[in-house]
Amino acid sequence: MRQIWLGANAVFRESVRDRVPYSIVVFAVLMIGVSYLISQLTAGQDMKIIKDLGLAALSMFGLLIAIFIGVGLVTKEVEKRSVYGLLTKPLSRAQFLLGKYAGLVMTLAVNLSVMTVALYAVLLYSTYNAPAGLRASWEAPGADPHMLIAIVLIFSELMIVTALALFFSTFSSPLWATLLTLGLWVAGHFNSDLRNFGAVVDSAPAIWLARVIYYVIPNLAPFDVKAEVVHGVHVAARHVALTLAYAALYISILLTASVTIFRRRDFK
Amino acid sequence: MPAIETEGLTKDYLVGFWRPRPYRALDALTLSVEAGEVFGFLGPNGAGKSTTLKLLMQLIFPTRGSARILGSPVGDVSVRRRIGFLAENPYYYDYLTAEELLTYFARLFGYSSSDARTRVARVLDDVGLGRERRLRLRQFSKGMVQRVGLAQALLNDPEVVFLDEPMSGLDPLGRRAVRDLILSLRARGCTVFFSSHILSDAEALCDRVAIVAQGKLVAAGRLDELLAFELQGWELVMSGVPAALHAQLASRFAKVTPLSHDRVTVTLPAEAEPDRVMAALSADGARIESLNPIRHTLEDLFLQRVRESQPRDIGV
Repeated sequence: MRQIWLGANAVFRESVRDRVPYSIVVFAVLMIGVSYLISQLTAGQDMKIIKDLGLAALSMFGLLIAIFIGVGLVTKEVEKRSVYGLLTKPLSRAQFLLGKYAGLVMTLAVNLSVMTVALYAVLLYSTYNAPAGLRASWEAPGADPHMLIAIVLIFSELMIVTALALFFSTFSSPLWATLLTLGLWVAGHFNSDLRNFGAVVDSAPAIWLARVIYYVIPNLAPFDVKAEVVHGVHVAARHVALTLAYAALYISILLTASVTIFRRRDFK
Repeated sequence: MPAIETEGLTKDYLVGFWRPRPYRALDALTLSVEAGEVFGFLGPNGAGKSTTLKLLMQLIFPTRGSARILGSPVGDVSVRRRIGFLAENPYYYDYLTAEELLTYFARLFGYSSSDARTRVARVLDDVGLGRERRLRLRQFSKGMVQRVGLAQALLNDPEVVFLDEPMSGLDPLGRRAVRDLILSLRARGCTVFFSSHILSDAEALCDRVAIVAQGKLVAAGRLDELLAFELQGWELVMSGVPAALHAQLASRFAKVTPLSHDRVTVTLPAEAEPDRVMAALSADGARIESLNPIRHTLEDLFLQRVRESQPRDIGV
């Protein structure tokens, strides 16, 4: 555990000094700020627009960090051969890989926290400036703490995306790993449709294939509760708990597969 | 117990996209390195030196055969606490400082924070980077990164150090520093296994060498044994040669080479009796300055063995 923690710390330190995630976060915070200006143009809908744009920015920029840094974590180490220095220390390949994953999750957590603080700052400012009558018409409070549920689910979705990026980067090129991760992220949001494939198709093999794909690719739709929290719709605790449990299971399977592949890999 | 031993170590790579076929990078390498030795692993580019080191470090897996370090299989992670490794042209993390990188590595060895700090300061001083310890590695020159690589290989006071082309990218001062470092490691009983194609380094440093070519071991042994070929001849340097004697030299000796300051070198065959020749030359008025036997150098041996293994043209 100590070796994984040391590896995670090194990844975190390297990532926060890298300008790319730093600029992504700055850009996201700017976007959240701009959402306030946009909201001023739309009478009555201002708070929803800030929340919508803010959560979308959080999700999309988090995705960029998860994919581009996640893919680079292993491929860069192998391409530049810095992996030689580490794997010849008392560090197993599994510890190396899990340390990389934990480091990027820590980086994501910090970046999402910064974006969350920026979003709440804009929401508090808007609430403070809104007339009492307008506030009364809102479906949910301005700086609604329930938005944290959406953010926690975005974070757990990004943890799955990071595990996917790490998995693909253990055996493919950075370009392929990026495309495959991005592809699965898109597919993951429409995965629920495959479950009901039998209702629209008669072919048994096609239904069987759709069912297999449904179980193999990540089901990411349940992680998206942005619309619910923006409109003040209650998100059931059971839904959150099941979704988090699914994330934990899916991530464990991906990390196990990644370690299995990585353990056998030759570093030419 | 040998510090390093390999038994029939073989590595095949698959080459070709449509119809992959095996390419043998290392062929049944069997060798043994005793504790405390400085062992030179020599060969031309592409001979299998780095492949061997990667197999020993388990960065790649053998197709056949086995290897042990300090009596443990190379796959045993715990043996890595007792070894150090410098890769060829090493690269580390751009955004970490030398001190941070080495502290991270030291902590992986299990040292406490304060122990790690002390060790890091010591090894950075040893490789001449004490003043640059807080610079990020992206600001380092190639030679400085090589020094960081050496520092990380020595962090844990290893019993065995593996160095892959340690002089690569270093200026003459850096090369001298590495030579001195290898000698100091030997002095404290550390086993050093280094690969190189710079033969002068090996000749100056090694107790024993192995030469590989095309993935095969073509020579191995103590330097003095390997180079103890029969005498090739004698090289005699003299000065103050009278004009009359000068005119006769070409007919009396197979090779005559004029040097600066009125000096001349003549080459005598191995069967010549140098005492008699020198006495005769002195009697004719020449002043004998030096006499040296001509023997094979490591370079001669290297070229001979490599050519034998690869009869066609080879660039060294």
